[in-house]
Amino acid sequence: MTGVYVGMPAFPTAARAATRNAQLRANLTRATHTIRDRRARAVAELEDWEGLRQAGKAIKDETLAHLDDYLLQLEAKVTEAGGTVHWARDADEANRIVTELIRATGGSDDQPHEVVKVKSMATQEIGLNEHLAAEGISAYETDLAELIVQLGDDLPSHILVPAIHKNRTEIRDIFRERMGEWGRPAPEGLTDTPADLAEAARLHLREKFLRAKVAVSGANFMVAETGTLVVLESEGNGRMCLTLPETLISVVGIEKIVPTWRDLEVFLQLLPRSSTAERMNPYTTMWTGTHEGDGPKQFHLVLLDNGRTQTLADEVGRQALRCIRCSACLNVCPVYERAGGHAYGSAYPGPIGAILTPQLRGTASELDASLPYASSLCGACFEACPVAIDIPEVLLHLRERVGREAKEHGGHRLERAAMKAATYAMTHPAVYRAAENAAVRARKLIPKKVPFGAGKAWTETRDLPELPEQTFRQWWKETHR
Amino acid sequence: MRIALFVTCVNDLAYPGTGIAAVRLLERLGVEVAFPEAQTCCGQMQYNTGYPSAAVPLAEKFGKDFAGFDAVVVPSGSCGAFIRDVHPKLVEGAVPPVYELTEYLIDVLGVEQVGAYFPHKVAYHPTCHSSRLLKVGDRPTRLLRAVEGLELVELPGAAECCGFGGTFSVKNPDVSAAMGADKVTHAVESGAEYLVAADNSCLMHIGGTARRSGAPIKTIHLAEILAATRETVNA
Repeated sequence: MTGVYVGMPAFPTAARAATRNAQLRANLTRATHTIRDRRARAVAELEDWEGLRQAGKAIKDETLAHLDDYLLQLEAKVTEAGGTVHWARDADEANRIVTELIRATGGSDDQPHEVVKVKSMATQEIGLNEHLAAEGISAYETDLAELIVQLGDDLPSHILVPAIHKNRTEIRDIFRERMGEWGRPAPEGLTDTPADLAEAARLHLREKFLRAKVAVSGANFMVAETGTLVVLESEGNGRMCLTLPETLISVVGIEKIVPTWRDLEVFLQLLPRSSTAERMNPYTTMWTGTHEGDGPKQFHLVLLDNGRTQTLADEVGRQALRCIRCSACLNVCPVYERAGGHAYGSAYPGPIGAILTPQLRGTASELDASLPYASSLCGACFEACPVAIDIPEVLLHLRERVGREAKEHGGHRLERAAMKAATYAMTHPAVYRAAENAAVRARKLIPKKVPFGAGKAWTETRDLPELPEQTFRQWWKETHR
Repeated sequence: MRIALFVTCVNDLAYPGTGIAAVRLLERLGVEVAFPEAQTCCGQMQYNTGYPSAAVPLAEKFGKDFAGFDAVVVPSGSCGAFIRDVHPKLVEGAVPPVYELTEYLIDVLGVEQVGAYFPHKVAYHPTCHSSRLLKVGDRPTRLLRAVEGLELVELPGAAECCGFGGTFSVKNPDVSAAMGADKVTHAVESGAEYLVAADNSCLMHIGGTARRSGAPIKTIHLAEILAATRETVNA
């Protein structure tokens, strides 16, 4: 996947820092609760929300079941309309294809290659910006929040609001210090009011839009029947990128397809309400191939697999591919709220990241193996998901997979033994009763703080309950027999 | 009607008062309660930690222990949901219908006013599995509102998870503790003397957090409030 997240520690370790950063937690709590409340109101406006949700789920499932057919149809239609389709098996291949396409547009040492970017999860997933930088190509993010993250040498921490972990003052400081290095500097005396910050970004970005010859985008949807790509956004910066430059390169995950225009109707209602709590997103841009005298002269579509076919092969896990990247699950997740987006170690944080990343990347690394446990299984994510992905079900499925793979390498030994021992005791009532009686007899000996293992993790911040003198079973015997 | 109590392993060992309250409450309402003594645990911990095969023998055992009863009553939303939703995926064979205590009171017995007396300010925490898996809805609060002397106050951020999550609390201790601390803060903000819920595992986490930090809030299982009467309160 991407280079930038490699070598990150497992989730519990990465989350620890976030839980102790009061400013970060305050920023996250304020932002997620605001979006959460607004979203709940936007959803409640529709009487048929549950019906729409089920329709979205059904369309995605049908599409995934016949993905090969729809992809071939899409390829034929894009080609027919004057575009070129490229297939990328993994991140390296996709990055190589994009780099070659950019180089083919010309440029020289005097006029180095520059590209403007539409906010795209797929290009973050493959680490495109870092790859292009290593190849001497500057990629400028034009989404306001992505710009903040890029200028701050930071990583995105939210799907929809990548700079959610920053407050206005922090953003003003980043603009003041860094904008000049990348292009037009921030205006003198920049304040931290939203209007001022937006104006600074507008002026900074305008230069980039007018100069860039190449734009790189992703897409929210691809319509198979006509080969049309669709981007939904709030700021209009994406539309500038999609219409002004001569060459447009779109990197899109193969699961982003919908069969027909009619299917879009469902998602154009589900996505804005779930993500930005809007009835309709302000900008919806659609493009089909190339057109004489209108829009980009070259259009390239890079269809990205990068672990998606292996995810599709998993009957339980494949529902993660329904995801429309709305981030509703992040905004309701109590774990995300405390741990922050960076702890998830990939472009996809929060509950969806906890099930998508270990499937796309596999669970070989310590970080990826820890993600399925990064949930209290409270179920708020499933409730919020507009395409009804049963995230808790997939988490449990992946926990089993992690446990099974660990067994092959001799890992998780203590835990496995403990679970087996518990089952043994629980299926042998005499053993169970003896253990219970022993615990009650030793109740005075149980320390308030246990110095090791699971007991330590529990008693560092919490008292254990004091065991009573008598179990329920003993009381029942005395009173009911 | 022959009903059986599944007390749950956590309640049996650590919170016998909840099981005792459930029995006294049901008997007061004229229900004859049986306690199949072979019962142990539903297997949720194994299943949710990623060891579904270790939960199978327990699901089988549950089916055997409770065969022949008309209904099983469980004073735990989490265990109730697990038995109802997951056991059928693990083992075949019919099990009696399983009801969380408040479901049994309202849906089967048809009572909201159970004759309880509890003169305290109380906030209700709808535990995740009670509300999202079992969908008990407003049953617990309807029962609480009918309790004489009880003042039900609103809990800020009530729908948010307390951070227990079974083995989550030891696998991700920092996040779990942060969630628990916020829940305690909200409980204190509510002005209640007691935080009440229908799951002792969540209350163990919240109560343990409150005790460690010295927060002025006590935790109590819903069954114990519903079982309380003028006699027990004054005793």
